[in-house]
Amino acid sequence: MKSAHEPGHLLVVDDNKVNRILLSRGLEQQGHQIDTAENGKQALEKLRADSFDLVLLDIEMPEMNGYQVLETCLQDPELRDIPIIMTSSLDEIDSVVKCVELGAEDYLNKPVNPILLRARVNASLEKKRLRDEQRKLFRTFATKEVADELLRSGFSLGGEYVNASVMFADIRSFTTIGEKQEPADTIELLNNYFALMFDAIVNNHGMVNQLEGDGFMAIFGAPIYYEGHREHAVRAALEMIEMLKVFNIEQAAQNKVQIKIGIGIASGRVIAGYTGTQHRATYTCVGDTVNIAARIEKHTKETQRPILIDQYTKERLPKDIEVEALGPVLFQGKQRPIYIFAVKG
Amino acid sequence: MPLIDKATFDELKQMSGADFINELIDAFLDDAPNMIQNIQTALDTKDVESFRRNAHSLKSNANTFGATELGVLAKELEFMAKENNLDIGNRLEVLKDALDKVAEELEGMRA
Repeated sequence: MKSAHEPGHLLVVDDNKVNRILLSRGLEQQGHQIDTAENGKQALEKLRADSFDLVLLDIEMPEMNGYQVLETCLQDPELRDIPIIMTSSLDEIDSVVKCVELGAEDYLNKPVNPILLRARVNASLEKKRLRDEQRKLFRTFATKEVADELLRSGFSLGGEYVNASVMFADIRSFTTIGEKQEPADTIELLNNYFALMFDAIVNNHGMVNQLEGDGFMAIFGAPIYYEGHREHAVRAALEMIEMLKVFNIEQAAQNKVQIKIGIGIASGRVIAGYTGTQHRATYTCVGDTVNIAARIEKHTKETQRPILIDQYTKERLPKDIEVEALGPVLFQGKQRPIYIFAVKG
Repeated sequence: MPLIDKATFDELKQMSGADFINELIDAFLDDAPNMIQNIQTALDTKDVESFRRNAHSLKSNANTFGATELGVLAKELEFMAKENNLDIGNRLEVLKDALDKVAEELEGMRA
């Protein structure tokens, strides 16, 4: 794999000068950029001041030993994703086991064998690269917390019932004020529009999990449960409408098309989990609540109100969010009517 | 027991390259007397932890260069400190002598 040979920025931590030189020269010869620290305290200072791909950490050190550095890193959200390889002498095997149990990535015996050094360092860098890529991908659609949770659960999460709020949003109509659009303009418009909408969702603890044409679906309250998922969903919707106003002003100024959207939100029990195959999976929610949210979103066409919610979403909203009851609606194929409310923006 | 195991030293030289074996020898000859001094200080102040750590460091470096006997002597001191026993008799003097001999030999092994 090509990327296995990409150089990284590594921190070598050892109180022993000979070991420091030996490790850093060996790694420099393999193309990596090396910084060194003489004790645990200095190591943490460097880790917090700069960005590193990997740490080689000695266990026996004055000031702050390898355990303490490892524990501190694992408890620090900013540092815990940097892989740490413990370096130790052969007779410290008990300590090494303890470190690996704590969460160290791997270990190397000193004096270090150059072939093992290369193999373990490259394997750790490669793993970190994959994790970073995955996280970057998740962050496009979800908050840091959700992205972290997804990485932690490692896609092994089975299906489960969760209480959540589901949002569907769609572009209602294009109002052309200028010339007919070029295809490139339409794609640019969609991309700008999605960027704004996703910001509003992620800012309010939601996660975008489906994208289709000019519409999308977002979940609030899963995979991380938030007591206020209903409020989060409605506040996201209000923010989306506000952002759209600004967006339309800018569009109008450039003589470009303006858009209107419809947003439907329903709350209740959903089945959540990963669907897809090993190579292409997505976190999704299915069930009646999802279905109702989609129907409510379509219903915005008839009501000419941009944000509609069901009664279960309305029930727990704080007082400052004003809603207007629009009465019951019996959607086709449903046994019971859904009580619809319009959110006043 | 040979002062310096040739196979280990050659491997180190091969791994590090000729240029940098000198840098490594310098680092060791700079640091090792400090370690001995730290062990002496730790002995005087009954600082078992510092005694153990410095003996550990010296052992680690000795093994890196293939200075097998020096490594064994340092390891013995490390082990005694681990057992909380600083009743080391003349072991520190023996260690100093061993280091002096290793230092002399290393000087002649520079690239």
